[in-house]
Amino acid sequence: MSQKRIAKEFGDLQKTPLDGIKIILPNEADMLQWQITMEGPKGSAYEGGNFVLSLSLPKEYPFKPPTLSFKTKIYHPNVTNDDKGSMCLGLLRPDEWKPSSKIDTVLEFARGLLVDPQPDDAVEQGIAREYRENRKEFLKTAKAWVKQYAKK
Amino acid sequence: MDSDDDFMSGHSSGDEDFGLEVESDDGSLGDDFDEDEPDVGFSQKDLKPAKKAYEVDYKIYSPSEIQAHQDKQIGEVSAVLGQPAEATAILLRHLRWNKERLIDLYMDRPEHVLEEAGLGPNTTTNPQTRVIKGFACDICCEDSPGLESYALRCGHRYCVDCYRQYLAQKIKDEGEAARIQCPTAGCNRIVDSKTLDLLVASDLKNRYQVLLTRTYVDDKEHLKWCPAPNCEYAVDCVIKRKELDKIVPTVCCACKHRFCFGCTLNDHQPAACSLVKMWVKKCEDDSETANWINANTKECPKCSSTIEKNGGCNHMTCRKCKYEFCWICMGLWSEHGTSWYNCNRFEEKSGSDGRDAQARSRQSLERYLHYYNRYANHEQSAKLDKDLYQKTQKKMMNLQTASGMSWIEVQFLDTASHALQLCRQTLKWTYAFAYYLQRNNFTEIFEQNQKDLEMAVENLSEMFEKPTTELADLRVDILDKTSYCNKRRVILLDDTAQNLKDGEWKFNVDISSKA
Repeated sequence: MSQKRIAKEFGDLQKTPLDGIKIILPNEADMLQWQITMEGPKGSAYEGGNFVLSLSLPKEYPFKPPTLSFKTKIYHPNVTNDDKGSMCLGLLRPDEWKPSSKIDTVLEFARGLLVDPQPDDAVEQGIAREYRENRKEFLKTAKAWVKQYAKK
Repeated sequence: MDSDDDFMSGHSSGDEDFGLEVESDDGSLGDDFDEDEPDVGFSQKDLKPAKKAYEVDYKIYSPSEIQAHQDKQIGEVSAVLGQPAEATAILLRHLRWNKERLIDLYMDRPEHVLEEAGLGPNTTTNPQTRVIKGFACDICCEDSPGLESYALRCGHRYCVDCYRQYLAQKIKDEGEAARIQCPTAGCNRIVDSKTLDLLVASDLKNRYQVLLTRTYVDDKEHLKWCPAPNCEYAVDCVIKRKELDKIVPTVCCACKHRFCFGCTLNDHQPAACSLVKMWVKKCEDDSETANWINANTKECPKCSSTIEKNGGCNHMTCRKCKYEFCWICMGLWSEHGTSWYNCNRFEEKSGSDGRDAQARSRQSLERYLHYYNRYANHEQSAKLDKDLYQKTQKKMMNLQTASGMSWIEVQFLDTASHALQLCRQTLKWTYAFAYYLQRNNFTEIFEQNQKDLEMAVENLSEMFEKPTTELADLRVDILDKTSYCNKRRVILLDDTAQNLKDGEWKFNVDISSKA
């Protein structure tokens, strides 16, 4: 059942790509693993960076939410600062996910987070605190990380 | 009106027509002590005077009784609001079964309340599935002709298969029932149970009902599930959180499981919930290592860090505060000069200060171990007694054949074994209680009571190790000892509970119940 829906969503996103977001299937036979390349939005701390994300769809999709994680290291309060780069908030939470939610919404949401981090829902409390209290320092580190890890 | 009001307003006075009335757990033995029964301190006036200070009033409800409670309230409120039962149920769940508040709010702004609860206007017609021409399901993208679909009153339509899978996942995987929303992102319309009846298979319906009942109990402050595995009963006890530093509300479910209504842990009288929490945490943190620490380490005389000596040299440097001292005399190392190997510095002030600090720290550890060892011992003994109890059944059989006694006549072993478990449980917690207790005039009586119960228990416990052949002759003796144990337990619990209520105990920690 989910095949048709996933194929449709993938097709739609190829036909009309989202701004600054490229999607490929690393393995053509596996529709459940998507690789996303996201440009750091203009005007954000991440401008000029290219971020690779992996979107993985559960077997129960769309009844259970996809998981989205940053493969490129990023200094962000909502992304874990480890080799997983995972994020868990908003519509990605199992209890908030609705089957009618779409992947384009998820991707738009992730891109929105790059523009406006949500320190109140942070997974990295230290970074969240810095974001709230010392924005200058936060921007400095975030930009330095873009240079170091996310150069185009 | 009828007794249901009591259920709502949180007073369980005796006029309800269902639920088990519960008596004192020590059965007939309690009668002997009635005359010196003091007045119990909390708000209800109509308490039975014979109640012990450590007892609380409570009732036990079966799942069907809980269901009946719900239905009754739904019926009443439905009549007041003029809403169908389905919608009323959703409204009540939305406001966590506070029906006064619901009626107030509804009378004030009905549309607002309906909207907030995930209901819309006109909720009277029966839901049904439909086949709509040109319909494509937004979840599975299926668009074959003749596809059956369903929509809640919000109009968000999905195919029946997707709807079913969605509901099944919510109910089975997520254990959700009262707050399942429409599958549309951003739509908070609640799926009512009529929709559920229409769409899902009967096993899921049962599960849904169970979950609904569960939320009912979870939403009510004075209702709690019995925590015993597979037990389906709930207990109704009117004890407020803030009262938990004055009383240890112990209840015994219909399944015989004894637990504390305050924290749902196993019976922990006489220690108050907050003490139990502290004690359990302390034991988790400390007990395994405390003995070892006691045997192998010393504290730094300056910063009291615990230090293990891992080499031969007695010149110690504290890794934390860099204080240099002698392992043997605990004195400042520099005072040794070069004459260390005689360690003749016993009279040095720094040395004796160091040893004093050491002793104080050791003392507190030893104090803890004193109580912990006794606590752990009763826990262990209770387990061993239980093993013996399992053999009791067999013993009772043997005894029947050996002595020609009837089944009823050999029941005394069962009674004795139960008493033993109960008393050990109490004794165990007296040690946690005592650890936090500050000495005053009342502690001596407490310790005497503790000692008396302990002796009574050990005497009875000993009986269990006698060979089966002797048991028949010991019957009267065992019965006496059992009854004495129970009496001692009642005395101890009554005394501690009364003092707790009156605020006579002084603790070396803050026991006021925090949220």
